[in-house]
Amino acid sequence: MKPNPIIDMLMTAAHNQQQPDGRKRAVLSLQDSADIAQRCGRTRKEIELLALEHDIIPERYLRNLNILSPKDQIRLLQSRACVVGLGGLGGYVIETLARLGVGALTVVDGDYFDETNLNRQLLSSEHNLSQTKTASAVERILTINSAIYVQDYNDSMNPDNVASILEQADIAIDCLDNIQARFVLERAAKEAGIPMVSAAVAGFSGQVLTIFPQDRGLEQVYGPPQTHSADKGAETTLGNLGCTVSLVASLECAEVVKILLKKDTVLRNQLLIIDLTDYTFEKIQFS
Amino acid sequence: MVITMTMTIDLRLFATLQQFEPPSSQAFIIEPETCVRTLVRDLDIPEIKAKLIFINGIKRDLDSVLKDGDRVGIFPPVGGG
Repeated sequence: MKPNPIIDMLMTAAHNQQQPDGRKRAVLSLQDSADIAQRCGRTRKEIELLALEHDIIPERYLRNLNILSPKDQIRLLQSRACVVGLGGLGGYVIETLARLGVGALTVVDGDYFDETNLNRQLLSSEHNLSQTKTASAVERILTINSAIYVQDYNDSMNPDNVASILEQADIAIDCLDNIQARFVLERAAKEAGIPMVSAAVAGFSGQVLTIFPQDRGLEQVYGPPQTHSADKGAETTLGNLGCTVSLVASLECAEVVKILLKKDTVLRNQLLIIDLTDYTFEKIQFS
Repeated sequence: MVITMTMTIDLRLFATLQQFEPPSSQAFIIEPETCVRTLVRDLDIPEIKAKLIFINGIKRDLDSVLKDGDRVGIFPPVGGG
């Protein structure tokens, strides 16, 4: 077998590091991964995948161990998640997925930041008001993890563009802000044959569920789409709080990880409802 | 001899529906054979807001008949992100 010079470089660059559990691991620093990528004309993601295949852990993923194995990390790096909506939920979702190491992210939103976003939307700041949400999302993802491939759609998702938005995605993540658009995304995800994680928030309340293509999905939560006259829900009265938004976004990310890693403990045919007024967490079984 | 019986349910109303929660909702007294639709009407909850009804952790509907000791939750449509 022909020796692979990149693997030799990885072996040379890797250093042993004792982990909190006492185990020693071969580790690759961010700088070494970037240097090898540049010297070999490869992407950082390719280098990190090759390292993981040889049980060398990119240092940035060390604390993902051992709840995620190197094989799990490879699977995440090879996955593409499509995050639709980059407001409250979407901002926290991209932050977490970028840190987890989901290797490709499609980010979708046609909106700009305004002052009403500052109470909860992680990507918004006093310095980027009137900037597009997609520009901010791309910048944030690449600041956290520049190995990730990012595709951005600076446009509101609609029935005409949703199929192309979901192209190549392994999973759709609903971070939208109205009920009707959720049905549009659900139908497209079903047509694309991919699972969707859906969440919604209002005040101290929130809900999360996972929908596979053969599942009934959102109509079990909201009723049939054609009978749904209300575009918005309880959030029009109750507003949206950062503490609820960040919690529910984290729950979505937990679902995403488990689905991408084919674990079976997902909220399928169930709805998790939360209410932070009295810390209710309850899974509702669809009958 | 006619014996009139009453039952109690543990009723929980979420989000915007909290305002309709009656006093002592954890031991709310209802007549036998009461269905969720009647309960919703008696509490002045707009029926369109009672989208997600669950009894003992299982999704049910407005026509479900309540039993003594049932744990009943009603959640309005939530759409924020």
